[in-house]
Amino acid sequence: MVPQSWYLLLSAALFTLGVAGFAVRRNSLVMFMSVELMLNAANVAFVACARAHEPVRGTVYALFVIAIAASEVAVGLALVLALFRLKRTVNADEIRELRA
Amino acid sequence: MDERTGFLLFSAIALVGALNVVLRRNPVHAVLWLVGSFLGVAGIFLTLGSGLLAAIQVMVYAGAIMVLFLFVVLLLNLETPRFEGISLARGASLFAAAATGLLLLWPFVSDRSLQAPAAPAVDLPVTAANVGMTLFQRFAVPFEIVSLVLLVAMVGAIHLARRPRRDEPA
Amino acid sequence: MTDPLWISLVKAVAVFAFTLTLVPLLVLAERRISAWMQYRVGPNRVGPFGTMQPLADLVKMLFKEELRPAGVPAFLFGAAPAIAAICSLFMMAVVPLGGTLLLGGHSTRMVVADVDVGVLAVLATSSLGVYGITLGGWASNSKYSLLGGLRSSAQMISYELTMGLSLLSVLVLVRRGDAGLFGSLSLSDIVASQATTGIWNVVKCPLGFLLFTTASFAETNRLPFDLPEAEPELVGGYHTEYSAMKFGLFFLGEYAAMVAGSAVVVCLFLGGWHLPFVTGAEAVGVPGALLQVGVFVAKLLAFLFFFIHVRWTLPRFRYDQLMNLGWKVMLPLALVNLLVTGGLVAAGVF
Repeated sequence: MVPQSWYLLLSAALFTLGVAGFAVRRNSLVMFMSVELMLNAANVAFVACARAHEPVRGTVYALFVIAIAASEVAVGLALVLALFRLKRTVNADEIRELRA
Repeated sequence: MDERTGFLLFSAIALVGALNVVLRRNPVHAVLWLVGSFLGVAGIFLTLGSGLLAAIQVMVYAGAIMVLFLFVVLLLNLETPRFEGISLARGASLFAAAATGLLLLWPFVSDRSLQAPAAPAVDLPVTAANVGMTLFQRFAVPFEIVSLVLLVAMVGAIHLARRPRRDEPA
Repeated sequence: MTDPLWISLVKAVAVFAFTLTLVPLLVLAERRISAWMQYRVGPNRVGPFGTMQPLADLVKMLFKEELRPAGVPAFLFGAAPAIAAICSLFMMAVVPLGGTLLLGGHSTRMVVADVDVGVLAVLATSSLGVYGITLGGWASNSKYSLLGGLRSSAQMISYELTMGLSLLSVLVLVRRGDAGLFGSLSLSDIVASQATTGIWNVVKCPLGFLLFTTASFAETNRLPFDLPEAEPELVGGYHTEYSAMKFGLFFLGEYAAMVAGSAVVVCLFLGGWHLPFVTGAEAVGVPGALLQVGVFVAKLLAFLFFFIHVRWTLPRFRYDQLMNLGWKVMLPLALVNLLVTGGLVAAGVF
């Protein structure tokens, strides 16, 4: 059996990598992907911790997270596309003015 | 394979994939490494006993969301940037990220009570039937709300990504 | 309940060998059937009735020169056809070729992987198969290939929705043994419930059958939905720049996807290994198992003949007609179908 702390370690490591990616990379698509990494880390934590008490609930929570992540990705990518049409760039450092 | 081997293998895949997402400069490569990482996470869900969630992770996350990412990256046809060094502000935020990570990791390494193997659950096993019943009975309201969120997201995405027609203002 | 390792290995090898034998047979069958439909003869020189023709094709593909266009990322260029082939072959792992086999006191179901989420595994692998085509189109470093690859993957992800929704109406019809509960995601359960009730799902849910079959045509990029790889329009679409064995792998992937898709349709709607008055739902010994597999293979071949027949009969859809059909016609129809089937089940008719 694998101790619960190992799964939580994995979740923390994935989350850290996600935060690092969000902090360092300036390409907004890669920043978006780091957010997805963080959400996955949360899912792993949910299912791992729920395993000892109510495993079904952990799966249900993870399902909700996946559904919300899907809707967030749809809207976020549409925003990135719309922004690209205006500014011709996806670099987050170059999108700093409110006027088009 | 037993749980320990499975965990080590899949967590290695997930972590290597995640690391490459952060490090690869070419966005297409980053997308593909993230797909690999998600497949690793699906394996982790399998070792945790939830085959349903593993299949859903592959189907939705790796199979649909990442395809969306790949489409956008391919259509935008971005070029691979050169590595120009990390500025002071970015270095500081990276340091903050590492510090957050250590703060998250430390309790799990030091706490003795979490080191013991998790006791097997006495509650319902995770089958599609049980998950379905819990979802539609106990979590019926959140389920409906999530369906509304998906609808709103769909409408919003279609509207945002539309090219304005000639007779409309931009 | 889980098999010892050697039984799983035997099953895996058997199913793999079965699929890989069926693919060259399909290649020959396609050419002979199309010839028969067009009043010509087809390949009949290599071996008796042309049966050695697939072998000749294989040898040709092995010995052709492997071209790699300039500016092509080597790993992705080679990996794309592999991804397509692997995902198609994987789908056969959850398809039940027979019922429960009783061999020397040990009972085992005739599926390679008897997971309780078999249907989701099928949908998940078809979602992953999209990557093979998208990456093949992009990695070829050519305009036509990229366009073809993107069109093809957009088509595939659009029709995945119809596939999933029409599947749902079948899931509602499944009756599991314990406590008369409804619904199971396992393909062997779906076939077993058809065997127990004696009625195939196509009778209870004909619209779902039609929708799922059409969606399978679109998923495997076969006519009438093969604009992405149509020669007059896009040269070859995503596989323009591929030659020799890499093209062979794409080819293998496409035909394996045909086999796997047909196998899934046969299991979901046409009763799988069940034939009324011939094979039943109880556990069988070896002769009974062979009969069940025989029934399954016969149905599979019949459906594959239908697949090939449709290809050489119908004209091709234009791309916008295709997407229109997928989103505006088939998706609402699948929803209506689910409502009607669910209502009928709830009312106790089924």
